[in-house]
Amino acid sequence: MKYAYYPGCSLKGTGRAYDESLLAVFRALEVELEELEDWNCCGATSYVSVDDLLSYALAARNLALAEREHKDIVAPCAACYLVLNKTQHYIREYPNVGRVVERALGEIGLTYTGRSQVRHPLDILLNDVGIQAIRQRVKTPLHGLKVAAYYGCQIVRPYATFDDQRNPTSMDQLLEACGATVVNYSEKTGCCGASQKGALSEVGLDRIRRLLAAAQAEGAEVIATACPLCQFNLECYQEETGNGHPAISMPVLFFTQLIALALGASSEEIGLKRCLVSVDQLLASKEIAYA
Amino acid sequence: MSLQRKIKLEAERDHEFAQWIANKAGGEKLRHCLQCGLCSGTCPLSLYMDYTPRRLMYLAREGFKAEVLSSLSIWLCTSCYACAVGCPKQINTTEMMYALKRLAIEEKYYPRRFAVPVMAKQFSRMVRQEGRITESWLMVRVLLRTGIWQLFGMSKLGLRLLRTRRMNLWRERIDRRREISQMLDAVESARKEFSA
Repeated sequence: MKYAYYPGCSLKGTGRAYDESLLAVFRALEVELEELEDWNCCGATSYVSVDDLLSYALAARNLALAEREHKDIVAPCAACYLVLNKTQHYIREYPNVGRVVERALGEIGLTYTGRSQVRHPLDILLNDVGIQAIRQRVKTPLHGLKVAAYYGCQIVRPYATFDDQRNPTSMDQLLEACGATVVNYSEKTGCCGASQKGALSEVGLDRIRRLLAAAQAEGAEVIATACPLCQFNLECYQEETGNGHPAISMPVLFFTQLIALALGASSEEIGLKRCLVSVDQLLASKEIAYA
Repeated sequence: MSLQRKIKLEAERDHEFAQWIANKAGGEKLRHCLQCGLCSGTCPLSLYMDYTPRRLMYLAREGFKAEVLSSLSIWLCTSCYACAVGCPKQINTTEMMYALKRLAIEEKYYPRRFAVPVMAKQFSRMVRQEGRITESWLMVRVLLRTGIWQLFGMSKLGLRLLRTRRMNLWRERIDRRREISQMLDAVESARKEFSA
């Protein structure tokens, strides 16, 4: 099966390691992923705050491009995943939205009938590839590594059908298949504060502190995320969580970095050098070797 | 000492606003709200809000337009959809929040230099021009408008992001940029025709 890969803007910037490690995982599992030709911004949460119809049109161009290639879309970023899914729903559920989008797509010679689906890599790995197939390909099991699997909000809410909206387990299962110990994480679908760190700094920091503290309280040594914004918030503002020094210091990786590591990918391939909070020492202490 | 009336009179309620919010996608069932407070209870940001989601939805449907649109609550919402999936009456409070943000931006009901609406506007401008977002340039554009001094505060993090190649100096853009403006212009004309 071949998928149209929709990286989204963050995976070309702050979330570059997500892009690199996701490709490494799919390569190791021999699942074909081809970047969607000339994809554009999904519209994201910010655009919806300005104009909803314009954001649906933007998202729909990507859906239509994928449909022209007869492929489903793989969208790793939580915001992209939500917006693309929501657009698909709204085109169907609100006839006026559907008509406006149809007109806009028609203007540039595209159509979207709803055939191409929007999928998250968690969904693909769990349901198309399968836990068994992944377990068989593990070369470097992540034995002894205590991970908090953090899903964030917009992957499971409100449109995902592949996992539970309050207590998802897909990432837990995948990481366990790779040999890791997944801790019971109460904040697994909690909000990371999104862009509040930039707007109302104290509010954003409060969310970040709570998420890190909850992971630490459960004995987690590393947090695995599935969203570029969650990863950024949790990792890049750790220094600000205390007074001048980080209250809690914990590596925050993309779940794909951990899976790729278990499948034998090198540090270079999965962008470990892009971490601001290094994971090298932790992996060494667990005798998890990688090139 | 100046006394202020705390109760709104019937004639001061904005029924048009109440109707407007009830007609928004996701708000069709707003009148079914039981005021159970599940939205406020699950909202991770409600502890910072002047009006919690439950109170805000009630004020909105009863036509308290100025109170709702000048509330900080709508800007605190990070659209995590906890309220929407929990609501026993299937009211999509998150989408209501979006609708309120849009109206507040349109009618300029927000604090000066406040980053959320500034970011939303700069974001949409960049997408129209380039078809994609380059986070580093978006951040610079927003900070130039909300408080340039913050650029210096962020410079340490900025340098670390540059060093790890997580911040781009080049701009991400699509090839067929004209398609974006063509499409967005088509939406503007179709909007009236289909009254969407």
